[in-house]
Amino acid sequence: MATYDFLFNSLGLRDWCDAGKSGEATLSMADLLAKAGGKTETTLFNLPFPSLDELNKACAAFAKSRDVTKGVEDAFLAAKGALRFVLDPLTQPLSWMLEFALATFEATPWWIMMPLLALVVYFASRSMRLVGFVMACLVFLAFVDHYDHAMQTLAIIFVCAFLCVLFGVPIGIAMSRNDRLQRMTIPILDMLQTLPSFVYLIPLIFLFSVTEPKLYGIAIILYAIVPVIRLTDLGIRLVDKDVIEAADSFGMTDRQKLFGVQIPLALPNIMAGVNQTIMMSLAMVVIASLVSAPGLGVLVLRGIRNLELGVGLVSGLGIVLLAVILDRVTKAALNRVNAAQQH
Amino acid sequence: MSENIKVSIRNLYKIFGADPKAALKHVLDGMSKADLLKQHRHVLGLRDINVDMREGEITVIMGLSGSGKSTLIRHLNRLIEPTSGEVRVDGEDVLAYDEEQLRNLRREVMSMVFQKFALLPHKTVAENAATTLKVRGVAKRDYLVEADKWLDRVGLHGYGNHYPHQLSGGMQQRVGIARALTSNSPIMLMDEAFSALDPLIRTDMQDLLLELQTELHKTIVFITHDLDEALKLADHLVILKDGYIVQQGEPQHILLNPNDPYIEDFVSDINRARVLRVRSIMTPLDGQPVPPDAHGEVDHDDTLESMIARSGGDTSHRFIVMRDGVPEGTLDMTNLVKALVPRVASDASTRRN
Ligand SMILES: Nc1ncnc2c1ncn2[C@@H]1O[C@H](COP(=O)(O)OP(=O)(O)OP(=O)(O)O)[C@@H](O)[C@H]1O
Ligand SMILES: [Mg+2]
Repeated sequence: MATYDFLFNSLGLRDWCDAGKSGEATLSMADLLAKAGGKTETTLFNLPFPSLDELNKACAAFAKSRDVTKGVEDAFLAAKGALRFVLDPLTQPLSWMLEFALATFEATPWWIMMPLLALVVYFASRSMRLVGFVMACLVFLAFVDHYDHAMQTLAIIFVCAFLCVLFGVPIGIAMSRNDRLQRMTIPILDMLQTLPSFVYLIPLIFLFSVTEPKLYGIAIILYAIVPVIRLTDLGIRLVDKDVIEAADSFGMTDRQKLFGVQIPLALPNIMAGVNQTIMMSLAMVVIASLVSAPGLGVLVLRGIRNLELGVGLVSGLGIVLLAVILDRVTKAALNRVNAAQQH
Repeated sequence: MSENIKVSIRNLYKIFGADPKAALKHVLDGMSKADLLKQHRHVLGLRDINVDMREGEITVIMGLSGSGKSTLIRHLNRLIEPTSGEVRVDGEDVLAYDEEQLRNLRREVMSMVFQKFALLPHKTVAENAATTLKVRGVAKRDYLVEADKWLDRVGLHGYGNHYPHQLSGGMQQRVGIARALTSNSPIMLMDEAFSALDPLIRTDMQDLLLELQTELHKTIVFITHDLDEALKLADHLVILKDGYIVQQGEPQHILLNPNDPYIEDFVSDINRARVLRVRSIMTPLDGQPVPPDAHGEVDHDDTLESMIARSGGDTSHRFIVMRDGVPEGTLDMTNLVKALVPRVASDASTRRN
């Protein structure tokens, strides 16, 4: 006897309910427990919510909730072939780029890599102090034998952030010029930003094999591309109306206006977006080590799995240092852009 | 000054809102700006504007905030599209232009100076001044030479490599003017170009503009809400109120014969002695002989202020007005004193008597 029997009886649906019944249905754990524990009386206080499972007990014509998850899974698996067919070749270059970047960063000896990074930092920030700080961090990481992992993480961020900017900026520009596109895109961006980062990984694991770098590449890009799109759109929309009007009054074409006025004036905002994108890539690359992304995240994961406290904490510190480095360098570049165009 | 009409505006109407064409019908039936806004939620920007702007003259459009000055000037280069009416430049209908022709008009024929300067903050002063040439695809080597030439001309020699934010407001607007001049266009549109500057700098800039004008003879459309500025610069003055023209004509004429209380209010506050010229209040000779009892000769463009100083305040004096060395009329100091009193006040006093 189930709680909601009365409902179907009183509605005269008993026959319909029992029609599809063929012998005993598979037992769930809950059923077994119920059998073992014996019946408890149903009072108003422990009245169960009329959920799928509860209704199914009273009327077999109802699906169980595990059928729903099964249905979703089946639907996804059915679509998987087609999705793979389209997405696989499209995203293959991502795998190549990641593999190439990882190989390059690994193959470059540290005594070339470090000066090279110092040079990059200098050109981005024009600050010797920052170069000194970055070098100190890298030397520390190398000293505690985390250099290789740190470089792997950097390589992945390098590729993913580059692609985010490559796709994000044009998307943002398109959004800023078309209100309808903006209205359609913003919910998608909201969704990408609010989805817990683990959830990205689930469909991707089914689509691609876990050994492919593009699996984590896609996850990182989807997660990190949002701010650069948003801030490009915002930045271009915020460009001084008077300057735009002046550009129009001198007969600029749309192209001249975009490249000569709008993008340069939106650059501080775009750079702020790039900064956030890089920081989010770093956050995601750690999580992506769950699906075979190499780098410092792997060590953190080892720390958690094997309860190796020291390993986890030291590599965690390494991630913090990388984050600070990336943030400082991009912010310094941003400040330089800002200083060049204050009013 | 030539008699050629460079820009002509005919029956121009502009209505802002969702359905301007429908609202236009109400306006043509005589609905007021306030009623149109209240009953139909449309803003009447301009109503039945007719102005002719002569080649080589400064046409000043004056009016209070919200009277439609900016809206009007933006119709000339079609930054704003009219609801109905005609805009002709050199006899050609600008509204019939396609995109290419319009771009050409903006690049070659008209250049604009803005109240808030609207310079590109990330470009040097020289690059800013050269914007109009860069847009046309002139090579960098050539446009920088041209930009430097005009920067020198507006008094910014040696500032080419500075950035706009390193310059004061007055200097930034000089860049704005240089930018417009660099385009070498015959028409210049200036929307409250000096309103953001403090009074002394502003006078400097007005002098600069007049000085440039004696040399370049551009057709200038200048917008201001300041009557002193308008009277100083205008060859032709157009006074706007709530989107329609209250009065237009020679500024001295408007000053002496305001046809609307709105304008009387406007003109009652200014220093008439400094603004009015002898020519506007003299009695023409009309073939009569030069009176023998005159106290001297004065130029027709002298201000009344200078006349008062010259006569030492004696109202019985009488002068001969000369134009290019030829006697043209006579000036009674009593007439001069009368002209100093605005018409409203004089009306009131006659009524009391
Ligand atoms: N895009 C627009 N949409 C709706 N109404 C507008 C728009 N632009 C201007 N107006 C209205 O048209 C009228 C004239 O505006 P305009 O900017 O031409 O005034 P203005 O004389 O230049 O004033 P100011 O001295 O403040 O610059 C105002 O009532 C304004 O509210
Ligand atoms: Mg205005």
